[in-house]
Amino acid sequence: MAQADVSIKPTEVQGGHGHPDKWKWYDYFTFNVDHKVIGIQYLVTSFLFYLAGGFMAVLMRTELATPDSDFLSPDLYNAFLTNHGTIMIFLWIVPAAIGGFGNFLIPLMIGARDMAFPKLNAIAFWLNPPAGAVLAASFFLGGGAQSGWTSYPPLSEITANLPQTLWCVALVMVGTSSILGSVNFLVTIWKMRIPSMKWDQMPLFCWAMVATSILALFATPVLAAALILLTFDINFGTSFFKPDAGGNVVVYQHLFWFYSHPAVYLMILPIFGIMSEVIPVHARKPIFGYKAIAYSSLTICLVGLFVWVHHMFTSGTAPWMRIFFTISTLIVAVPTGVKIFSWVATLWGGKIRYTTAMLFAVGLLSMFVFGGLSGVTLGAAPFDIHVHDTYYVVGHFHYVLFGGSVFGIYSGIYHWFPKITGRMLNEPLGKVHFVLTFIGTLLTFTPMHQLGMQGMPRRVAMYDPQFADLNQLVTVGAYILAVSVIPFYFNVIWSWRSGKEAGPNPWNALTLEWTTDSPPIIENWEVLPVLTHGPYEYGMDKANQVGPAGEPTEATQV
Amino acid sequence: MQGAIDSNTAAANGHAAVAHEAHEEHQDLRVLGLITFLASEFLMFAGFFAVFLVFRGSAAEWPPKETEVELLLPAVNTLILVSSSWVINLGTKAIKKNDLAGMRKWFGITAAMGAVFLAGQVYEYMNLGYGLRTNLFSNCFYLTTGFHGAHVFIGLVLILGVLWRSRRANHYSDITHTGPEMAEIYWHFVDVVWIVLFTLIYLLTLLN
Amino acid sequence: MKQIPAPFWTLVLGIAVTLISLWVGQNHNLLPVQASEQAPLVDDLFDVMVTIGTALFIVVQGAIVYSLIRFRQRKGDETDGPPIEGNLPLEAFWTAIPSIIVVGLGLYSVVVFQEMGGFSPGGHHGHGAMVAMAPQQSVIDVAPLMAQMGPGENVDADVYSKAQVYGFGASPLLQLNQPDVTVNVTGMQFAWIFRYPDTGITDGELHIPVGKDVQLNIEAQDVIHSFWVPQFRLKQDALPGEPAELRFVATREGTYPVVCAELCGAYHGGMRTQVIVHSPEDYADWVASRVAEVQTTTTVAQPLETATSAEYLAAIAPDLAKSPVQIAQMDHAQMAQGAAQNP
Repeated sequence: MAQADVSIKPTEVQGGHGHPDKWKWYDYFTFNVDHKVIGIQYLVTSFLFYLAGGFMAVLMRTELATPDSDFLSPDLYNAFLTNHGTIMIFLWIVPAAIGGFGNFLIPLMIGARDMAFPKLNAIAFWLNPPAGAVLAASFFLGGGAQSGWTSYPPLSEITANLPQTLWCVALVMVGTSSILGSVNFLVTIWKMRIPSMKWDQMPLFCWAMVATSILALFATPVLAAALILLTFDINFGTSFFKPDAGGNVVVYQHLFWFYSHPAVYLMILPIFGIMSEVIPVHARKPIFGYKAIAYSSLTICLVGLFVWVHHMFTSGTAPWMRIFFTISTLIVAVPTGVKIFSWVATLWGGKIRYTTAMLFAVGLLSMFVFGGLSGVTLGAAPFDIHVHDTYYVVGHFHYVLFGGSVFGIYSGIYHWFPKITGRMLNEPLGKVHFVLTFIGTLLTFTPMHQLGMQGMPRRVAMYDPQFADLNQLVTVGAYILAVSVIPFYFNVIWSWRSGKEAGPNPWNALTLEWTTDSPPIIENWEVLPVLTHGPYEYGMDKANQVGPAGEPTEATQV
Repeated sequence: MQGAIDSNTAAANGHAAVAHEAHEEHQDLRVLGLITFLASEFLMFAGFFAVFLVFRGSAAEWPPKETEVELLLPAVNTLILVSSSWVINLGTKAIKKNDLAGMRKWFGITAAMGAVFLAGQVYEYMNLGYGLRTNLFSNCFYLTTGFHGAHVFIGLVLILGVLWRSRRANHYSDITHTGPEMAEIYWHFVDVVWIVLFTLIYLLTLLN
Repeated sequence: MKQIPAPFWTLVLGIAVTLISLWVGQNHNLLPVQASEQAPLVDDLFDVMVTIGTALFIVVQGAIVYSLIRFRQRKGDETDGPPIEGNLPLEAFWTAIPSIIVVGLGLYSVVVFQEMGGFSPGGHHGHGAMVAMAPQQSVIDVAPLMAQMGPGENVDADVYSKAQVYGFGASPLLQLNQPDVTVNVTGMQFAWIFRYPDTGITDGELHIPVGKDVQLNIEAQDVIHSFWVPQFRLKQDALPGEPAELRFVATREGTYPVVCAELCGAYHGGMRTQVIVHSPEDYADWVASRVAEVQTTTTVAQPLETATSAEYLAAIAPDLAKSPVQIAQMDHAQMAQGAAQNP
């Protein structure tokens, strides 16, 4: 890491040679077009939003520690539940998993110097902080949107109009960001791989990002359409979703879920990609069934576009739709199952390193098995009719989104932090973080299933006293989760400044991002690497003869 | 998998050159990016169209008596917009033959046709006798045509931008013409959306 | 995959997993009591899913835990694992098994769905709203009272003339054309209103006889609500402008909660009432007493423009259950109409 010596002009990246060797801290607060800077910007902002969304969750769980509505005002409670969902989805998981890891890793993994459209990339990121600011503003201009992250009309049209409009604006902003990002990912992966890398030599994270991007491109504009119609209804006197003027409330639900079910896959497909990277490295074994995992991502992407009505089984849904979407929903379980089995088979026979990254990956696997199975039960319309809109659903989707996506983001952070910052995270502290998170997750989200089946609906601030015991358990779990982030944030901040130096390849991993410095130099490599082996050839002679891996760096630096 | 390619500097430099070129030119990639983006954009219109069709299917009378659409002016407008797609194509063909004056002529005509289309639409709005809020049909009508109109406007700005930049010597040539090409693609997109929109909102009323 | 245990142990484990799964499937006790004819159908489906799910859960989690222990890195071993990149037969196997399970579950779901009456909301086999449109004839022993009241007026007739009705209709097993009891259910912020078109009764609680074929015509006045009785395993959103119905036979006398399951505003959590499943005799008594009450209260019903939070709070006061009339008064329009027709 040579210090920047002469003529530091951070803005001159474009020129190719006029840029410094290394970014200064303030470059991370500017409109910077380096994909690594943008990736870090996404990660850091999303982790801040994570705290905001988590804070709302803690307040809601405090309210729910007792059956009565006695802690928050009902309007504020609804504002928190709306914005908790919105922030966690649109400003935490999506930007962290897609924007953060995607931007930082994709060019490095395919041997490109940057994304295809660096400026567009920076624009896409800079739509996010203002979106968060708009959501924050909505709290001060009328108490925040209060009709749930689904914002079903007519409730969303008669409740808190200004905050609801701001909510729509914020979502259109992050949606636009997501579309621009997806265009970038698709074109980059398609056209900017190093010439020696064929499609089936791409790391699986890239495949996952291809599927994610396609899904985002197809689904997000439909959400934009729904939100535009909703905004017009609220502010400009149209009546698309006003039944008394001929509008139809169910039409909104179709448009909304046409995006928002795929949004679930937007949040989990990149995580599946992270899993496929982390597990082979720390199990020291090639990924089991590369093609099956790659194609199952595409299958999920395709089938995932045709399952949205399962969110509407109890709504205005014709019988044939209930049946069609039951079947299509159940089918999604197959490619997902293939991935899970493949990861388990990757573990099987490996030499598993108990790193924190691996613990979170295995924790995710474990959580996702349960979340996936409860998902199958929800896919079956007759049972879904009983538990729809109950805590069973809340338990299920937190299992897959917290136990899945958030565990995956944590795993990715522990795995790639050395690459991103050049320093290792503290492992003992990481293990404390893992144990707290794992226990907290089990305590928080498992009892929810039973609550839902027994009769507790979701999105309530008050509930039947018979559910008090389980709810208190859930609240305790939520507090443990709240505490669990403390060692993590401390670890990140401390290690970023004074952690152990990582070196280019601390895990002896084989994908291309480990062939450059940590943190990578601007434009990633002095001389672009040449692919000499596949991404997962652990235990094969090339990768493992002399002190496992590591050679790629030397080989390409010659 | 890949046979260990000798890490000779020639190969490495070749890759560096590719990457370098990508930074400077992005010739094909920008066009590709635009097409990908427009595919996505089209789905937003598809959302609006789907809503329109659902309401059409469930309404007893569509469009209702007091909000009928006029056909003549929009048909003329359609002719103008569709033929402008041919005109702009002549423009990019010209620049591909390094005929800058030809490109400027055809792009200028396209811009004029686009402006006439927008003027025609404004005229139509002012003479329909009903507004955005009148009923569900008028909601759909103004929203879809309005959003399309906004896209026509953006296309117009793109074309004028190309014309503006074309004043600079050698900005566009038979080798570098991504700008005009992208403007053309966007203009075709606007055109295609209009054809679907015209069919749904105007022509389908003939079936009633 | 050399590490697969010997056949004998595989067999023993297989039997153990099967037995445990079967036991869990039957004894999870996760669902509330069954109080409708649909409930056992749903529960059987759930039990099957729990059984299969438990087996898969044990096998996959077992494999994970086993791997973590058996295949952990040993001290000083810095080498990699064996370079196994896949196993086509194994992959085909674990693609095929879930596919078969999923298709099986799908078919089973369709059967259950049909038996629940899911294919016939709004009349038989989804062909329009014949049942809802037909004159309502009560076949239980409130006939004398009905004669006294005159034929019930379905105030929602225009809504139900729409082609599509959502929800659950008559189960094909019942082979009935007419429900025994029809109740028009209206959701509003933040209460449920139950109107009995046969008798003119309006109430804040749902009273139905056990063992009779009940049809609820569900709609919403302001925003979307969702009518849910956990013990019936039935739920249907009440959609403004979109008619829906639930048709069921209650099988167990008792009092069960009616829960609003769709976020409907600030006091969504408090939007609850009860369904009281009576014996036929009790039900007849209840109808008789309420009919007498209706005739006195309709004349004093006060029109209220909107249900504000204050009224709502008044409405959820504990004494509500004793005086459902308070809620009935909120529904002014229909009451005024009823009063006009039954002076």
